[in-house]
Amino acid sequence: MTLHIDIPEETFSSILAKAFRNTAFVTGFVITLLILAMAVVSYIWTPYDVTKLVISDKTQGPSLAHWFGTDHFGRDILSMIMVGARNSIAVALVAVGIGMGIGVPLGAFAAARGGLVDEALMRINDLVFAFPALLSAIMITAIFGPGAVNAIIAIGIFNIPVFARVARAGALAIWPREFILAARAAGKSSTQISIEHVLPNIATLLLVQGTIQFALGILAEAGLSYLGLGAQPPMPSWGRMLFDAQTRMVVAPWMAIFPGMAIVITVLGLNLLGDGIADILDPKSRRQR
Amino acid sequence: MTTYLLKRLAISLATLVLASIVVFAVLEILPGDPARLMLGMNASADQVELLRNQMGLNAPLALRYLHWASGLLSLDFGRSYTYSVPVIDLVRERLAVSLPLALIALALSTIIAIPVGLFSASRRGRAGDTISMGAAQLGVAVPNFWFALMLIYIFAVWLRLVPAGGFPGWSAGVWPALKSLLLPAIALALPQAAILARVTRSALIEVLNDDYIRTARAKGLPYRAVLWRHALRNAMIPVLTILGLQFAFLLAGTIIIENVFYLPGLGRLVFQAITQRDLIVVESVVMLLVAAVIAVNLIVDLSYAVVDPRLRSRQ
Repeated sequence: MTLHIDIPEETFSSILAKAFRNTAFVTGFVITLLILAMAVVSYIWTPYDVTKLVISDKTQGPSLAHWFGTDHFGRDILSMIMVGARNSIAVALVAVGIGMGIGVPLGAFAAARGGLVDEALMRINDLVFAFPALLSAIMITAIFGPGAVNAIIAIGIFNIPVFARVARAGALAIWPREFILAARAAGKSSTQISIEHVLPNIATLLLVQGTIQFALGILAEAGLSYLGLGAQPPMPSWGRMLFDAQTRMVVAPWMAIFPGMAIVITVLGLNLLGDGIADILDPKSRRQR
Repeated sequence: MTTYLLKRLAISLATLVLASIVVFAVLEILPGDPARLMLGMNASADQVELLRNQMGLNAPLALRYLHWASGLLSLDFGRSYTYSVPVIDLVRERLAVSLPLALIALALSTIIAIPVGLFSASRRGRAGDTISMGAAQLGVAVPNFWFALMLIYIFAVWLRLVPAGGFPGWSAGVWPALKSLLLPAIALALPQAAILARVTRSALIEVLNDDYIRTARAKGLPYRAVLWRHALRNAMIPVLTILGLQFAFLLAGTIIIENVFYLPGLGRLVFQAITQRDLIVVESVVMLLVAAVIAVNLIVDLSYAVVDPRLRSRQ
């Protein structure tokens, strides 16, 4: 038997119509799509080969041939930004996956069980929060060796308590509701209720937090690879490009300007997307409009 | 109230003890023998063994933890392998850079964020609000180290107003030292200010809907007075929370910025210590930072209880 819950039903098309009227959502969505497309296109085509060094073309300013200029090895900056997008997106996305995959069940479990289990899980959460995230991520990557995989793990670990907290808070607000009581009366176990009724109702919350953590992950990855702890050369990464640019700021400022702008635009897009989704789907913010 | 205080305090202490066990355990399972590292690859096994005994590395695990933890409590962190000086001296020296940097950044971010948040909230939905929140949205997206590079390019390379990096030390005079902390502080403050401005705005908007604001307006107080005296004061709780978090972040989060500007701060110390496997320095600094984060969180929690009477009665 399935229980059907009638929350003031919004049809998919009415949400969609609302979404297209929301400037933040549309802007964020378009930017995110463009960045994703850029990363995908880089697998089949880039203006230049990023692995080929053309020393005769080194540190050339932006031109028609090289829109964003070239670096100290004569590599095309635009091509490197395109390929670097893959790395940023992959690291941040998998880190969000780790955080959601472990954090959400933990948070939902804590909310469902309550009492001592809840208390214990939340204290562990506090423990992880007490460690400065960036410093710990740096420690993890420095100790276990630099590279994209360890960067993912380092960033992912600190996503876990974030999602656990959001999932728990969301679930706690759902549990006292009447339809949960009905599901209980129908003899469903708390795990079943968590999966079938609580999770769908906190999905929006998780989606919004997901885009925020995605954006933060991109910033964190850039920081790690700036310190030489992220993806290793020759694989281009936005943070590494900024590191290479630093000592050449006087002769080739474009080496620093464009990769940085790529980060800013990506993070901006994701944040706008998150704000937009929250705006569209959260009744509270709708009322405040 | 006392129960609440004691409970918070107990939780904080327990977190601190757990954190110290985690730090100790993680560094314990790391590959690499500190004695071997200190003596170099050519040392004989006997020499290494002798040094291990001298350093107390052969004692039982629990005993070493207790020894280490009691050392932390008396601020005796041991000696750095690479610098051969007591860790506490290194920390004190580096804090002289990191602490002022964090404080200046925090002050800058507050000075920018609160007026912007006030401005935005009072012009909600109008052009001024849209523009300043758009700017805040942009500020949140800027990686502080990239912003730092741009600042270096404009103010150090181009205009030659400030040094591009390095730190002359406080002995060189307050002004030259402050000058070299200025760009890093601005770079750190911008994204923080953007976040804080957004929080201030939304906290204010929430408060401005409350009944007592209407009452204050109804009794004839000018809008500006209501905003500053009634709304801002009541909106300060979430703002203070974020400020507390940001201060904790600033203490630890300056690693990258200190690297960009070649500042001899705590972050750079710990980063170099990590790469040189100077574990005593790493564990001491990490523990200090964890303690700082826990202390700041505790203070923020307690300030909640002071401001919000409902929390006091809750057990």
